[in-house]
Amino acid sequence: MASKFTVSNRTGWLMAGPAVLLIAGFVILPFFLAIAFSFTNQRLVSPNPTEWVGLANYRQLLGVTTLTLEPVRDDSGAVVLKDGAPEYPSLRTITRNNPDRPDLAGMREWFSFSLGGDSRTYVLARDVVFMKAIVNTFIFVLVVAPVQAGLALGLALLINQRLRGINVFRAIYFMPVVVSIVVVSLLWRLIYDGQSGLLNNLLGAVSFGLIPRVDWLGNPSTALGAIIAMSIWQAVGFHMVIWLSGLQTISPTLYEAAAIEGASKWQVFRYITWPGLRNTAVLILIVITMQAFGLFAQIDVMTNGGPLDSTQTIVFQAVERGYGKQDISGGSAISVILFVIVLSISLIQRWLTREKS
Amino acid sequence: MAMIADDNRGLRLAARYAVLVLIAVIFVFPLVFMVMSSLKPTQQLLEDSGNLRAFLPVGDISLSNYFAAFQRAPVASFVFNSVLVTGVTVILSLLVCSAAGFAFVFVHWKGRELFLSILLATLIVPFETIAIPLLLMVANLPWLGPEGVTWGWLNSYRVQIVPFIADALTIFLFVQYFKDLPGELIEAARVEGASWFQIYRRIVMPLSGPILATAAILKFLVMYNQYLWPLMVTQEEGYRPVMVGLQYFFQLNVAWGEVMAYLSLITVPVLAFYLYLQKAFIASIASTGVKG
Repeated sequence: MASKFTVSNRTGWLMAGPAVLLIAGFVILPFFLAIAFSFTNQRLVSPNPTEWVGLANYRQLLGVTTLTLEPVRDDSGAVVLKDGAPEYPSLRTITRNNPDRPDLAGMREWFSFSLGGDSRTYVLARDVVFMKAIVNTFIFVLVVAPVQAGLALGLALLINQRLRGINVFRAIYFMPVVVSIVVVSLLWRLIYDGQSGLLNNLLGAVSFGLIPRVDWLGNPSTALGAIIAMSIWQAVGFHMVIWLSGLQTISPTLYEAAAIEGASKWQVFRYITWPGLRNTAVLILIVITMQAFGLFAQIDVMTNGGPLDSTQTIVFQAVERGYGKQDISGGSAISVILFVIVLSISLIQRWLTREKS
Repeated sequence: MAMIADDNRGLRLAARYAVLVLIAVIFVFPLVFMVMSSLKPTQQLLEDSGNLRAFLPVGDISLSNYFAAFQRAPVASFVFNSVLVTGVTVILSLLVCSAAGFAFVFVHWKGRELFLSILLATLIVPFETIAIPLLLMVANLPWLGPEGVTWGWLNSYRVQIVPFIADALTIFLFVQYFKDLPGELIEAARVEGASWFQIYRRIVMPLSGPILATAAILKFLVMYNQYLWPLMVTQEEGYRPVMVGLQYFFQLNVAWGEVMAYLSLITVPVLAFYLYLQKAFIASIASTGVKG
């Protein structure tokens, strides 16, 4: 209710002004600059004037095409075999200096597959590393979001019991959250070490030496998984606390009623707890997804994107270009792509979890 | 019969505690390992990681890794920079964001709803997506100092502080909290002739202890743990905070003893602070989840 005593344009501006200006200058402006730079060839320091280049940055990053090749045949028409597999013409002869296909210039093989028959389909990308970064980031998000949310809910239910000393356990489970992810990453580098890592020693001990030693971060097939496990370990306590505050908003009378009705534990969870956590669930899913797409520090400290680009991520690529190579326009284009992905996914999540009437 | 039931209950209770303890071990072992390792020579540290000695202060225990860490890198300077940047940002953030929250909830002015919704919309912009253009922006910003106008904010304290003073989440938390305060109190004070500043200073701030603690803790965690931004904007050692200072320790031949000493040095004070104010820390995280 605006009474004449609480109306004051001057006070409103004076008090909200600093915050509004700071956010306009350091969040909103750079956000629009990212969009603008992504259509230019802007560099951090450059003697040449900045020029508009249209969609060139996006074409460079996202250019993907397929190419189906027939195997090499000898004079009689039989397929030439090399090491028991059909031999295909070298991709380089097709993508380089080829007047028939100038659109393929600069493209490299991302992966290839065969749909039966002798021919083989190659998927070519203009920026293979960025494609891998997108795939890795999606794998990270698709694993971390459900697993971390689920484990956090399990922990919250566990910690929500009435037991003596339960607060001590809550404090312990939350501890890694206050430790910097940079510190955690460096610490876990030693735990994951291939030679004297704690994890290898532990696995060796429980399996009586049956499980061979693995260089967890040095192996392309385990590096991303190792980073996923550590990231969940560090952040799960954060979401446990949010679930817990959701659990505590559920009215105890509902539980009392269920106890009188003789409901089983599963029924109580299914029909009282879970419906009561609906809003919390939506919030947690969106927050974890947004955080997971920002994956950077773990990569920078533990693997630098390797081995064999198996841990490249979108933000790591943005920083490598925008800061490492001082290519602001390329880094900005990646930032815009990331924002579009995050926005679409949170809109989809909101739509999927909307209240159905 | 009664005794059997009692036994069962005791057993189930023990099983519950066993599960709780097992999970606690998973969360704590890396941190114990870190602190214990920081006291051991690198050679022994690596040998000990093969058995339970990794978690015990045994063998050749000393603080020599800590002294070596100070030799290897300007650790004192890193710590000073982190404390300065974090402290100043937290204080300015509390001032600016609480004032904004006050204006959005209690004062009626033109543009109030519009600006509030614009601010809240920035909640969905992850910092990672604006870091790169922000880097170019701050590299070209002017600053009025004692030596006149200079251009470029790179390698300074202000570049680590100013962009983080105001953020949508902190303002949102203040707005939520102020909405629950009795608005009639503020209107009554206005009728009595109190100035807006007096109301902010004498009525609202004294009632805001919990939210100030929450906002301070959240900002502290974000600022002290910053990595990506200071990495990009502080090429000069003199302005680098502790997390970026880590880079001095993970070069080709990692001296793990020194690394663990440095990690413990920058982590244990925060953990101690957390354990001391545990309830406030957890309440502050929980408050980020309470919204419709």
